[in-house]
Amino acid sequence: MKTVIFLLFFLVTPALAIQPDEILEDKVLEERARVISKELRCLVCQNQSIDDSDAPLAKDLRVLVRERLQAGESDEKVIEFVADRYGDFVLLRPPVKASTLTLWISPIVILIVGVIFLLMRFRKQEKNMPVKVPPLSSEETKKLEAALGEDKR
Amino acid sequence: MTPEIGHYAAALALVFSMAQGVIPLWGAHKNNPLLMNVAVVTARFQFILVLLAFICLILSFVASDFSVALVAQNSHTLKPLIYKISGVWGNHEGSMLLWILILAFFGLLVGEFGNNLPPSLRARVLSIQGLIGAGFIAFLLFTSNPFIRLDPPPLQGSGLNPLLQDPGLAFHPPFLYLGYVGFSMAFSFAIAALIEGRVDPAWARWVRPWTLVAWTSLTIGIALGSWWAYYELGWGGWWFWDPVENASFLPWLLGTALLHSALVLEKRDTLKSWTILLSILAFGASLLGTFLVRSGVLTSVHTFATDPERGVFILLLFLIVLGGGLLLYAIRAQSLKVGGLFAPISREGALILNNLFLATSFAVVLLGTLYPLLLDAFGAGKVSVGAPFFNATFVPLMVPLLIACPIGAKMAWKRGDLSGALSRLKAAFAASLVVIIFSMLLDENRSLLAAGSLGIAAWLMIGITLDFLEKIGLPKRSAGEVFRRFVNLPRSVWGAATAHFALGVMVAGITVSSVWQVERIQIMRPGDKVEIGGYTVLFEGAGQVDGPNYTALQGSFSVFRGTDKVTVLLPEKRSYPAENSSTTEAAIHTNLYSDLYIVLGDTDQKGGWATRIYFNPLVPWIWVGAILMAAGGAVSLTDRRLRVGAPRRAVHTENSAIPQEH
Repeated sequence: MKTVIFLLFFLVTPALAIQPDEILEDKVLEERARVISKELRCLVCQNQSIDDSDAPLAKDLRVLVRERLQAGESDEKVIEFVADRYGDFVLLRPPVKASTLTLWISPIVILIVGVIFLLMRFRKQEKNMPVKVPPLSSEETKKLEAALGEDKR
Repeated sequence: MTPEIGHYAAALALVFSMAQGVIPLWGAHKNNPLLMNVAVVTARFQFILVLLAFICLILSFVASDFSVALVAQNSHTLKPLIYKISGVWGNHEGSMLLWILILAFFGLLVGEFGNNLPPSLRARVLSIQGLIGAGFIAFLLFTSNPFIRLDPPPLQGSGLNPLLQDPGLAFHPPFLYLGYVGFSMAFSFAIAALIEGRVDPAWARWVRPWTLVAWTSLTIGIALGSWWAYYELGWGGWWFWDPVENASFLPWLLGTALLHSALVLEKRDTLKSWTILLSILAFGASLLGTFLVRSGVLTSVHTFATDPERGVFILLLFLIVLGGGLLLYAIRAQSLKVGGLFAPISREGALILNNLFLATSFAVVLLGTLYPLLLDAFGAGKVSVGAPFFNATFVPLMVPLLIACPIGAKMAWKRGDLSGALSRLKAAFAASLVVIIFSMLLDENRSLLAAGSLGIAAWLMIGITLDFLEKIGLPKRSAGEVFRRFVNLPRSVWGAATAHFALGVMVAGITVSSVWQVERIQIMRPGDKVEIGGYTVLFEGAGQVDGPNYTALQGSFSVFRGTDKVTVLLPEKRSYPAENSSTTEAAIHTNLYSDLYIVLGDTDQKGGWATRIYFNPLVPWIWVGAILMAAGGAVSLTDRRLRVGAPRRAVHTENSAIPQEH
């Protein structure tokens, strides 16, 4: 238990993340590096991106990302390079493949199933509706409003 | 002696809760008033005993009695009194006892103030509460006993995680548990209704205050946690889609859906089966959160217990409660007849749409949170599901919900008039278009996404305001009439308008702060200046200061606007020797429109300090929105219909052996 507590302290040590000496001179490149960093997981942390983490490994990765960018690689290539080395686990946005397909298509599938279910319920309800009452004509509405007058609340 | 009294009280509470779980249920079955009334007495005793146990634990913490294992592990003599007390629930065992205390408190309330309920319903509700209580008290006593003694006791305790030594976090768990446990009321009412085979508008009205209390508390609890993350974790973010954050967000999403669907049940006697299902699932989601945090499947600042025995016990509890509830639902839901009919375009239809999107986003967040665990369990590889996934899926689901919100509020029950509602919202539509155009023109990045969500924020705020004005008769009616309507408007209408308006405030805060945040990271030496967001920040230097149980390096930054000195900000890096760890205390200057946020980093040993300075525009609106939203819930709770005119069920003359639905 003690070691666990100690480990937890270690894991959640407040982050200062990116250090001034890591920042690239080239503003565009640095901006791209920041965007990429937010997509990559700090492997030794609890659900933090390398942009947010001050773990030494996260720093190494940040530096690595910047080196690749300076070497002229595209954003996708850099992410691919890191994923090849560390596995899918490093990607905070899981790649679409067989094992993650369920995850990615579920939002739209659930929504569509919900809509279909509701439409069927409404259709069933409409069949059961005793008599279709036509809406009031504009003349009838006026009459009704006149009858109810100002005292309706 | 104190811990033994507490221990004994907790054990006695277990006996009472078991009696409460069985006798009234039997009494209701046999229609025996005497046995049914046992529930009231046991609920009272259960609460008194659990309260006694809780007080004993607090006393042990306050007295720093390190012969109690829990106190030795989680407290320290030098800790300020407030953190000695909040340390009681800053750990697994103590927080479990707080959980049980709140559960017993809700039971007490039903027992003492539930006189308007039919006796059999009250007995059954209290019985279900008793059974849940028995499960959790047993969990506490057999796997997580807070009263265990140490021999020999240590001279000093090992302290509380410094991250938790914070006013925001001192009150975060109690509110969160009020929310989690509050949903147990909806659950118990749902189970009782399923047993009785009777769900009607009166039922919905009885459940509403409990759901509102739970929802409001959960809103405050989540907001406190998020606020804490913002100023304590030190990188200016406030929501990270962390599994543990999600664990608290999941019951909130379902609770919000439940509030809306119960409204349909109350007003139109329909959507019964769905509302019951939501009641069961909302509490299920609360339990899932409890399980995730305490079973060791997740690790984070919140995870107290990593003991597999506890994990198995609580998983079992979770499965029994949720599985039992769903089983009963599967058996009995068919007997709930469909009530009032309505057209798809109507208030009912709008509320169903609300539920569709909330339930879908619940499913998405749930799946995203559990997916890595599931995949790992099936040996299908390790993946991470982080913020980019949730932003890509959750946000698009929210867009239609937010757009539909003011329109739905304008719909009539049964059969609504869509074009009429839209035409009365013309002004809001025009205003949001203006906002979109302006933000496109002013934003150098021309972010359509940002402009669009700002447009939605404006649409919400103005649309809800217009609806409210129309409800009080502006601009058509006379001043006297408007005043009369203003005063007589039901509190629930006030509450709904406030909460929905707050949603717009929050969307604006979230959008602006995430898109237009300005960040400056640099080494600063005393005398260095940084220009940010119209402020000039001058670094005066850094030095050591001492707190009660920590030492801190404190930076001093003078903040100027032009030549006027606005304030001095003092961010700190604290180190806690007892706990052998450190925290960052960001210094924040806020003016309700923006935050200036400064974090002190490490020294470069050459007289310079790493500093991170953020300008966070509109971030305060996120918290203001959360406060307003909770206020809306609280105002709605004072609605007249929930206080007086206790709903009476229509006396039905049919043979009541057969469950009746009207």
